[in-house]
Amino acid sequence: MFNPNSYVLYIIVGVIIATVLGQSFFFLFRAVKRAKQINIDKDKIKKTIISSAIFTIAPAVSILVGIITLSVSLGVPLPWLRLSVIGSLSYETVAAGAAQSALGLSMGKLVDDPSAFVTIAWVMTLGIIMGLVLTPILTKKVQSGLVKLEAKDKKWSALLNDAMFLGMISAFLGYVFCDVTNLFRSDEWLIANGFTSRTSCLIPVCVMAVASITMALCGLLSKKLKVRWITDYALPFSLICGMASAIPFTMWLG
Amino acid sequence: MKNSKTLTYLDSVHYYGRIWGFVILGLILLFPIALMIIFNVGPNWSALLTGCIAVVPMYWAVGIIEIFTYIPMLGAGGAYLSFVTGNISNLKLPCALDAIEKTGYKASSEEGEIISTISIAVSSIVTTLIIIIGVILIVPLSPILQSDVLSVAFAQLLPALFGGLAIVFIAKNVKLSIAPIILMLVLFIAVPALNASKVGIMVPVGVLFTIAVARILYKKGKI
Repeated sequence: MFNPNSYVLYIIVGVIIATVLGQSFFFLFRAVKRAKQINIDKDKIKKTIISSAIFTIAPAVSILVGIITLSVSLGVPLPWLRLSVIGSLSYETVAAGAAQSALGLSMGKLVDDPSAFVTIAWVMTLGIIMGLVLTPILTKKVQSGLVKLEAKDKKWSALLNDAMFLGMISAFLGYVFCDVTNLFRSDEWLIANGFTSRTSCLIPVCVMAVASITMALCGLLSKKLKVRWITDYALPFSLICGMASAIPFTMWLG
Repeated sequence: MKNSKTLTYLDSVHYYGRIWGFVILGLILLFPIALMIIFNVGPNWSALLTGCIAVVPMYWAVGIIEIFTYIPMLGAGGAYLSFVTGNISNLKLPCALDAIEKTGYKASSEEGEIISTISIAVSSIVTTLIIIIGVILIVPLSPILQSDVLSVAFAQLLPALFGGLAIVFIAKNVKLSIAPIILMLVLFIAVPALNASKVGIMVPVGVLFTIAVARILYKKGKI
């Protein structure tokens, strides 16, 4: 009988993931080498490596949670591959769900038919393939445009970058508030739309506030005490504080 | 003017980035093909078609938009890595932004490009390693990670992440941030169709709008 957790699948997935790791190490070594050539402070490189690694832990564990969730119906190797290479939990859940419902399978049951498994793997792969196809083709064009702009107008080039970052950040800030109108909805509407309580819409708002305040305090503290290392870990620290605060906020508002 | 060394490094990033990109694209497509060969089965064609119709139009469109939105922010090396390992807006890009910000370099400079590449490479490696450890220890870890307490915390990852990040970038550019934040708040609160799953679509809207605002302020000399 077909087993989506068979060792053959682990081996194939392992080879692909090893290649992806190889790419990251390749670019890491080359960037560090180039950094030395153009005299970027060694200390800055070291701090970048350490703080990036620490910051990554919590989001990476949340990706792991996604794999565990999907493994109930798909086994471990396929979700492991899909979430290590491009995928995101929201996409993979939608893609796997679309394939499973087309096959007439239920989400909570382990797939035991090889043809169904292959079908799901194809749908998940084809749906996400666009980024992988276009990146090698378009990155150079887009980046060369930016390099030219940088040479022509340094000030606008820097401002353009800040504008892009702020544009992305503002979209996520808006999303945090997307359900606040729930406060004024009727009980029937809340139940019909699957909300557990009227005030649960305030949980992300409160969490965001905690993270922002933590970040601001870290900034002030490091300036006042003249301790640089606080800012090095401020983002992961505020991330963890915000996520931890979600636990009492959910008990209170959820 | 850029010196020739700069060009050489960036050119080599593009050269190797393309090679790695196409190799990994090939491997990803080989996975389902390998399954078909090993298990000697074909897909269920009608289900494959139905599944693709449900997924492809939306996610290919999102993919194309993401390419143009994120490549300029990620830098060259960062883009080649991020579009392979994914989780761009919830991990790679915030990680790189924070790293560049702390070094004090401009994101558009070569130093910014290098710091961004290092940060995203390290983040990709750490993510992959954590997932490998997790897959090995999946049996003992599952009940802990899926406990009520931790799932509540993980559900709020994005508000916590962007809450911290927002403060830094708003403080740096107060004038520029007012208009896009007001626009996004109004849109997300007033338009019921905009919910958690639509944030990816609203990122390019926010980016284009903020660029327009920046251009106007810049031309008027107010920024």
